[in-house]
Amino acid sequence: MIKIIALRELKSLFLSPLAWTMLAITQLILCYQFLSQLETYLQIQAKLSVLEDSPGITDLVIAPLLGGAAILLLLIVPLLTMRLISEEQKNQTLPLLFSAPVSMTEIILGKYFGILAFLIILIAMISLMPLSLLLGTAIDLGQLAAAILGLFLLLASFTAAGLYISTLSRQPAIAAVSSFGLLLFLWIINWASSTNAAQIEGRNVLVWFSLLNHFEPLLKGVFSSADIAYYMLFICLFLVLGIRRLERLRLPH
Amino acid sequence: MDSEVLIEVTQLSRFYPGKRGIEDRNDHIIAVDNISFTLRRGEILGFLGPNGAGKSTTMKMLTGNLAPSQGRIKIAGIDLMDDPVAAKALVGYLPETPPLYKELTVDEYLYYCARLNRVARPALKQAVQLSKERCGLIEHGKRVINNLSKGYQQRVGIAQAIIHSPDIVILDEPTVGLDPIQMVEIRKLIKELGENHSVMLSSHILPEIQTVCDNVQIINQGKLVFSASIEQLNQQMNTLTLRMSCSAEVDIKQLEQLAGIQSIEQDNQSLLIQGQADQLNNHENQSAIINLSQQIIALAIDNHWGLYEIYPVKRTLEEIFMSLTCVEPDLAALDQGDTDD
Repeated sequence: MIKIIALRELKSLFLSPLAWTMLAITQLILCYQFLSQLETYLQIQAKLSVLEDSPGITDLVIAPLLGGAAILLLLIVPLLTMRLISEEQKNQTLPLLFSAPVSMTEIILGKYFGILAFLIILIAMISLMPLSLLLGTAIDLGQLAAAILGLFLLLASFTAAGLYISTLSRQPAIAAVSSFGLLLFLWIINWASSTNAAQIEGRNVLVWFSLLNHFEPLLKGVFSSADIAYYMLFICLFLVLGIRRLERLRLPH
Repeated sequence: MDSEVLIEVTQLSRFYPGKRGIEDRNDHIIAVDNISFTLRRGEILGFLGPNGAGKSTTMKMLTGNLAPSQGRIKIAGIDLMDDPVAAKALVGYLPETPPLYKELTVDEYLYYCARLNRVARPALKQAVQLSKERCGLIEHGKRVINNLSKGYQQRVGIAQAIIHSPDIVILDEPTVGLDPIQMVEIRKLIKELGENHSVMLSSHILPEIQTVCDNVQIINQGKLVFSASIEQLNQQMNTLTLRMSCSAEVDIKQLEQLAGIQSIEQDNQSLLIQGQADQLNNHENQSAIINLSQQIIALAIDNHWGLYEIYPVKRTLEEIFMSLTCVEPDLAALDQGDTDD
């Protein structure tokens, strides 16, 4: 049942120009970033080779590329998730799902995996750029894998949060702005700790809550189960909130 | 009727909290107030009521779109609260606004609905085909729903509700926006559905309910105010008034001498003859009226009044509806309605 809902979600995405535009724009901007970074690398390559233990192309081109992709998708994912539930509410199509023999969990998970499938396509297309470097040079495949996993987990978290926010409002635009605000806030929540007062115990909690803070180690190729657990918890929390919220839509309020 | 009970609703209520919040029960806005009824297999139940009476709310609760505030709903013996998935599998529902994904084609949409309603894979194609056939959509399978007219979108909505041949079909104003030909077709379809399934439909169009349904329920301000079979309803329509029209002068004095006449009124070209309700039984009163009309005919022929029309005046469903739903029915207007016939 989850698969059926997910497939329809994916299909509807590709029936509208939205998905195609997103794929095209992301690819275009990241391509530009990739090429300019590659050029900078080529210019400083000679100097780097003199240094001992110098950073390689994976550190200087691929990590920034995927980091840039994360920021770009921070803007784009809310636009993908905004319509998930709020548009159904607005178009009054939710009764179809509610009166079908489908549980609320299946509805939320179906919608979630539909968007996730789209994001996997997107990540696959982005990964083609670093992989194309294999034609000319060797790259650190382990680090690339960790970074791609990091990007995937990050986007999966964005989607879960966006999906929950989408259940809160009938207006897709409000859902988009709110989820963007939430994600950006969670992204920069560690700023408070980057001041001199960082030593204060409480600030470290804020650092731990930051989405960015758990993404950066993965970009560097550091695979820590604490970071994975953070994303897993984040995703589960928002999915459960989404299911609860959907249940509540039927109750007197 | 002793066929299987498919829907059993007991003391169903739904209220919305008022300004003072959910705690204050006296402040609640009551949408549905303590409704109980049953729907049996092969029955077509009409649900009538003015706007905001609670028809749609009741239907939403029956299909699991709204949770009841109080009361129980059993679908073929399964409690909708305890096992919603099993209960919902037996119900097909067309809400007021058909729940259409307008970017899909009719075929894509119906396939999706069929799979959502757990139609087995091998039976998918047949289910979609049958449903399209029943709703007259065979030639429109490849069209995008958004490009269809309102009437055809409504048909897609109905097709969606019957795609998994559910035992119970719940239709919320199914003929809204259809042209008269389509309306007749949809009514035929509902009749057909009523043979093997149970159908519950709401409507504003009273003659529609009269032609299609076996049983009628009238709901007003959340309360069930009338519940009867169509035969009982038809009996309610009978009055003790005869209307006769003659081409020649009628000697009213002579007419008044007949037994069983309460009053005679002159109205334009015709006479309204009010019979006496001396029997308690409605049925006997009716035979008295028939008897009276035969006497009048005989008298008219003997006296050469040129009688060309005589028939019992019937109350319309509208009038019954009005008298049940209005707190103080406007009697003058009703009388006016009578004489306009």
